[in-house]
Amino acid sequence: MNGTSIDIRRRNFLKASAAVGGGLILGFYVPSRGAEIAAAQVPPPAVEPNAWIRIDSNGNITILVAKAEMGQGVYTSMPMLIAEELEVNWDKIRVAPAPAAPVYKHTVFGVQVTGGSTSVSSSWDQLRTVGATMREMLILTAAKQWGVAPETCQAKMGLVKHSASSREADYGSLAEQAAKMSVPQNVTLKDPKDFKIIGKAVPRLDTPEKIDGSGLFGLDVRILDMLIAVVARSPVFGGTVKSIKDDQAKKIPGVKIVAQVPTGIVVAADDFWSAKQGRDALEIVWEEGEGAQLSTEALREQYAELAKAPGAVAHKEGDAGQALSGAAKQLEGVYEVPYLAHACMEPLNCVVDLREDRCEIWTGTQFQGGDQNAAAAVAGLQPEQVKINTMLLGGGFGRRANPHSDFVVEAVQVAKALKKPVKVIWTREDDMRGGYYRPLWYSKLAAGLDEEGKPVAWTHRIVGQSIIAGTAFEEAMIQNGIDGASVEGAADLPYAIPNLLVDLHSPKNLVPVQWWRSVGHSHTGFVVESFIDELAAAAGKDPYEFRRNLLAAHPRHLGVLELVAKQAGWGQAPPAGRSRGLSVHASFGSWVAQVAEVSVDKNGQISVHRVVCAVDCGRVVNPDTVKAQMESGIIFGLSAALFGEITLKGGRVEQSNFHDYPVVRLDESPEVDVHIVPSSERPTGVGEPGTPPIAAAVANAVFAATGARVRRLPMTADRVKEAMKAM
Amino acid sequence: MIKLNVNGKDYAVDVSSEVPLLWVIRDHLQLTGTKFGCGMSLCGACTVHVDGEATRSCVTPVGDVAGKKIVTIEGLPPDLGNPLQTAWTAEEVPQCGYCQPGQIMAAAALLALNPKPEDAEIDDAMSGNICRCGTYPRIRRAIHLAAKTTSARGEQ
Repeated sequence: MNGTSIDIRRRNFLKASAAVGGGLILGFYVPSRGAEIAAAQVPPPAVEPNAWIRIDSNGNITILVAKAEMGQGVYTSMPMLIAEELEVNWDKIRVAPAPAAPVYKHTVFGVQVTGGSTSVSSSWDQLRTVGATMREMLILTAAKQWGVAPETCQAKMGLVKHSASSREADYGSLAEQAAKMSVPQNVTLKDPKDFKIIGKAVPRLDTPEKIDGSGLFGLDVRILDMLIAVVARSPVFGGTVKSIKDDQAKKIPGVKIVAQVPTGIVVAADDFWSAKQGRDALEIVWEEGEGAQLSTEALREQYAELAKAPGAVAHKEGDAGQALSGAAKQLEGVYEVPYLAHACMEPLNCVVDLREDRCEIWTGTQFQGGDQNAAAAVAGLQPEQVKINTMLLGGGFGRRANPHSDFVVEAVQVAKALKKPVKVIWTREDDMRGGYYRPLWYSKLAAGLDEEGKPVAWTHRIVGQSIIAGTAFEEAMIQNGIDGASVEGAADLPYAIPNLLVDLHSPKNLVPVQWWRSVGHSHTGFVVESFIDELAAAAGKDPYEFRRNLLAAHPRHLGVLELVAKQAGWGQAPPAGRSRGLSVHASFGSWVAQVAEVSVDKNGQISVHRVVCAVDCGRVVNPDTVKAQMESGIIFGLSAALFGEITLKGGRVEQSNFHDYPVVRLDESPEVDVHIVPSSERPTGVGEPGTPPIAAAVANAVFAATGARVRRLPMTADRVKEAMKAM
Repeated sequence: MIKLNVNGKDYAVDVSSEVPLLWVIRDHLQLTGTKFGCGMSLCGACTVHVDGEATRSCVTPVGDVAGKKIVTIEGLPPDLGNPLQTAWTAEEVPQCGYCQPGQIMAAAALLALNPKPEDAEIDDAMSGNICRCGTYPRIRRAIHLAAKTTSARGEQ
């Protein structure tokens, strides 16, 4: 999704809706700034009888959160924004997931979605205003009851007070009347110096249910008369069922229905194990089609061939070709990164109860808005007839915001075929082989240095599938042949190099691709920060000083760079046997610099011992969440840097589970030491920006340790050894 | 009928003895705190205790554990669970939270055997449990913290 920071100033629609259950409900809408993502044409939302805040008569406050909680902490950060302005004690706050409804549309994207590391930034004005407006309505109610001027009343810790007459009333006693107030306009937001909650490491509200087994994820949902289903899907992308023998499957005890759906054959049973046994007993002949020809080795060759010719220009300054040929020193590098699966801990799943006039869905989704529309289209209903219950997400990382709503659409098709409530469960293998990967990327770079070692030219040609092509967002998001998400982090190179050319080829093939934590930055962070390190080495300069000199015009890059260097002890000798690598990368409006301390053994095996991270994400809402997200982004990126690779051969995905798609485990996890740059700028993203720098920090440390440059991910021991031999 | 003792309660379940314990716990007993992650004993999300030992329920045929003492996250005894859950809260360990019941069950089995584990022992006991959110540094700290509070209480 889009990485630009969000600046929402306009607020032109604020309205309270009717009370539900005696509590106060406030609906609030900030119009989309425009065309950053599809939904450019956001219709003004109808006022819905639900919204953000519910206050019961005991003064307990439930905040409805429109964002999906997938670990990034929105079930805490969103309530913090409201609670700060509402003037309540944090221990009164409860949280509940909001349904899918127009009032909950993302203020920038215009559709209800959680992604692009935008939850705090896009809700910053919106939810503080919601809280402040509610506070004003409670004050107005009390003032009216007491017959005093509202300006003489104060709200504090869940009470409205009138000190002149020593009267006070708690929010619980005021809520019902407050609901009937007309909504005040132009409420005043607090001066940040008065913040009591924002900026504090407030404990997460979702911890208790996540440590005692009571938290309900999509996979845990059980509804009346529900069957459990698994789907046999084509072993190659785009394949269809040619013929099917299901008599053995139907004999498995517990198996109730075998049926065909657009994605394959569904086996539904009383329980998962019976359904899976039934699926194993199916005999299906697939019409594989051209998908059977897919091979990642062939794609790599095709991409290398494509990279010989100029692509669509994403960014151009000066004349890079001429400057390059005139440069005192020239460098070239080819970088490659593979397809990657998200491999969320909770495999995909979706529960559907489809009736003639309505459809109810329970799932962990990042994309309630899109899923609601897509489910309605399949079910032949209107979107408002589709109710979405957002469950806890056992990881998202982008996979659960599918632009085609793949796992929801399929589950509705299954429910249609079975005519029964159903839970569709994907096995780990289904999930791993089900596509929607981070694209495979091929990058070809060249750069020129002058006699002092100063870069004078930089060219970067990128080859890889567009994520947006073929989705409903294509028209709005692809401009002049450029999908911005393909070149983000490369086209906006911050380094002061006078002649630049970044161009792009966007070949199409049948492998489904999708955003994966940090999207385009997941490859450009590695490529750009590795190649700039190559330039530093070629110039004979220290990697830190080299970057600093080229970033003089970028104070926030410099801020994180200087902080990380200081905290990591850059310039002092690393602990014995270890080497350090540095990288800095801006994404999702935030700046992150990292230093990795690694060692490499003679077999090329990398150990990452420690990562020091500095982040500037503007004003911090919850500092512990920022730290946790940096730790998380780093370890997620480290799995990709060291292990992650999806390959295809004969159209088949070769990986299937965690034995052949390994991820970082506890014994491989580094210590992570996070430092936050203090800032009073608007908040920006934290869920993704920790991921892009880590692969380059490690690769640069491997270079420092061995002199070998690893230009292809993952950095398996074999590849590192090969690079060491090639020296 | 297979007789099971789960969290101190006796059950008779009408399933074949080859069905993995995980799916009996989840689909038949409707205890959903124990999670499905891989089905191959690779990720640890399904960790339960069988006679006190951390066991991957996704590859354990239910017939093999008939008559044994099975404990899931829902039935973790307070003497094992409380220090860990308190430490998990203090260190703000969970993110998405999906793997955490398995992590806590693995950590509880470790501390029951080894009340003061060293880092290397934590590595050995916990590296079978994957966390995609990367909460590992906090898990490590939380285990040390739980060990400290447990031993402090034991010495009183």
